[in-house]
Amino acid sequence: MNAITPINNAANFLRRAEGLSAPGWAVALRAAGRDALAARGMPTRRAEAFKYTDLAPVLNAGFVAPTGSRNVPPMPAQRGRARLVFVDGVLRGDLSTLPPRPLSDMAAVLGALTTPDTQPITALNASFAEDGLVLEIPAGEDAGLVELLSIVTDGAIAFHPRHIIRLGAGAKLALLDTAQGADGIAYLHNPVFEVSLAEGATLAHVRVQAEGRAAFHLSSVHAAIGAGATYDNFTLNAGGRIARNEIHAALNGAQGACHMNGAQLGTDGQVVDTTTVLHHAAPDCASRQTYKTVLKGRARGVFQGKIFVAQVAQRTDGYQMNQALLLSEDAEMDSKPQLEIYADDVKCSHGATVGALDAEQLFYLRARGIPADEARAMLVEAFLTEAVDGVANEECRAALDEAVRSWWAREA
Amino acid sequence: MLKIEGLTAEIDGKTILNGIDLELPTGEVHAIMGPNGSGKSTLSYVLSGREGYEVTGGSVTFNGIDILAMEPEERAATGLFLAFQYPVELPGVGNANFLRTALNAQRRARGEPEVDAMQFLKLARAKMKALNMPEDMLKRGVNVGFSGGEKKRNDVLQMALLEPKLAILDETDSGLDIDALKIVADGVNALRGPAFSALVITHYQRLLNYIVPDRVHVLMGGRITRSGGPELAHELEAQGYGQAAA
Repeated sequence: MNAITPINNAANFLRRAEGLSAPGWAVALRAAGRDALAARGMPTRRAEAFKYTDLAPVLNAGFVAPTGSRNVPPMPAQRGRARLVFVDGVLRGDLSTLPPRPLSDMAAVLGALTTPDTQPITALNASFAEDGLVLEIPAGEDAGLVELLSIVTDGAIAFHPRHIIRLGAGAKLALLDTAQGADGIAYLHNPVFEVSLAEGATLAHVRVQAEGRAAFHLSSVHAAIGAGATYDNFTLNAGGRIARNEIHAALNGAQGACHMNGAQLGTDGQVVDTTTVLHHAAPDCASRQTYKTVLKGRARGVFQGKIFVAQVAQRTDGYQMNQALLLSEDAEMDSKPQLEIYADDVKCSHGATVGALDAEQLFYLRARGIPADEARAMLVEAFLTEAVDGVANEECRAALDEAVRSWWAREA
Repeated sequence: MLKIEGLTAEIDGKTILNGIDLELPTGEVHAIMGPNGSGKSTLSYVLSGREGYEVTGGSVTFNGIDILAMEPEERAATGLFLAFQYPVELPGVGNANFLRTALNAQRRARGEPEVDAMQFLKLARAKMKALNMPEDMLKRGVNVGFSGGEKKRNDVLQMALLEPKLAILDETDSGLDIDALKIVADGVNALRGPAFSALVITHYQRLLNYIVPDRVHVLMGGRITRSGGPELAHELEAQGYGQAAA
């Protein structure tokens, strides 16, 4: 064969991945990831799903493996009954109040919800997959609030935790997932969540992405939602230089519900991207998506939301709304809703708006004595309210409000 | 006292105010009457500091302080209050939170201690009772879903809470029925006293039956063309601006 092998844009990652020694449970998963990267590389902007988000800075950055730092950074107060802590990409049993379980326990289901061939961010994680949060909640149990916390203090590291969360029939869990890091370090956090909800289970998954300003955050959630089960995701996408959160959710049983809400806060030089792919694969399911994006300076925001309604998914009730507030003339928002509907008895609506702060509202507040910065903060908070109000867990809501306020205090 | 001297202002390069001279002594209520397009709303916006209006000449002082150099929020903290012709809706901003934030922002600017949530609630409830307002208006979004009359009532509540030294009522009677008109008037009259002044800007004499002014000024073509006692309002009503203004 005389075929010319093009230079693969994922070569930096592939070289490192090939040099890893894999424990037994990881061999197949990592091989599948490497094969996908070797065959296709990472997507460029020519790929439809990455048209608005250029991964080149991630691919050219040149990361190192977690260095085994034993740093003990200051940590936010624990809000849940237990938490699992990562520092500098290393799972730290000594700092965790939740005893870690090895991914080898999950070997039978590992990767079952993902297709690395068509999900490059997931393939990247698979190539390096490491121990993450492993949670199995038995049927009927209410596990309360559990936390997952990642803090990066040092090093241009790349880390790729694989989190597996499985809820038995009727089980309940709230998961608060917080990612933070120091500014000025170009690290990559590339987590993948595999979420499986049995009949009637309820998972409230609240994610607070507040990575350092130079960081890259590429995450992917895969959720399989059983009959009568509810997956409730809220993602605050506020940190990092390039931050993309993908959700791939499937409503696999009748009368399931999927709520995907979020807020994106972007500032100068940042790209914040939310991409959702939702499969209505069973009848009588409901889905709700409300995303709000606030952009300052030369920030770019992306929302891509695909809803696929299979022929069998009759009486689907779907709703998707994404709204952006641009606080500067240099900010840019790209949104792309996509509906693909094969069932005929379906209620499915979507909408998108982009606008600036209302000058009349701002003047009204100032005319009552509220200083301009405080008035703007009030209007931004009000803009986010509709999405944030969906978060019912009070501890999670408090964590979100705090993260939004600290973003504003830092950026205003 | 409010003192306006030779005030000229333009919007988008078009001159609207053509040299306004006006003195409003402390403790008095003056009305400014004029036809559409005479500059009534521009005057109230220039006084309260809205962006987009360029002052090209003259001066405005309030108790000797030049207010034209101040931000809208600073003017509010010195005691100036604009009652809006059309109060805006603020979805997602709770009325109670808005009122307390405004009150505390002004108190902070004046170096006074802030009121906490409990003190505020007590104060707000007392004012609302006096204004005959249902308490659930505190819980709702600011003006969201309010009728025209409720919005004006909410403006009056803000005025009652903020206790301004100078209120500017910008055609606050537009679109109001008699009951709502009386509520607005009662709110203003309740504040009347030796330390309170008001500038009531209106097209019609109707509101002045309920807020009886000490003086009436006629605004035409961006200038005060005539001033007189309360009887001038009735004359304008009877003869129209064309005859009475000059």
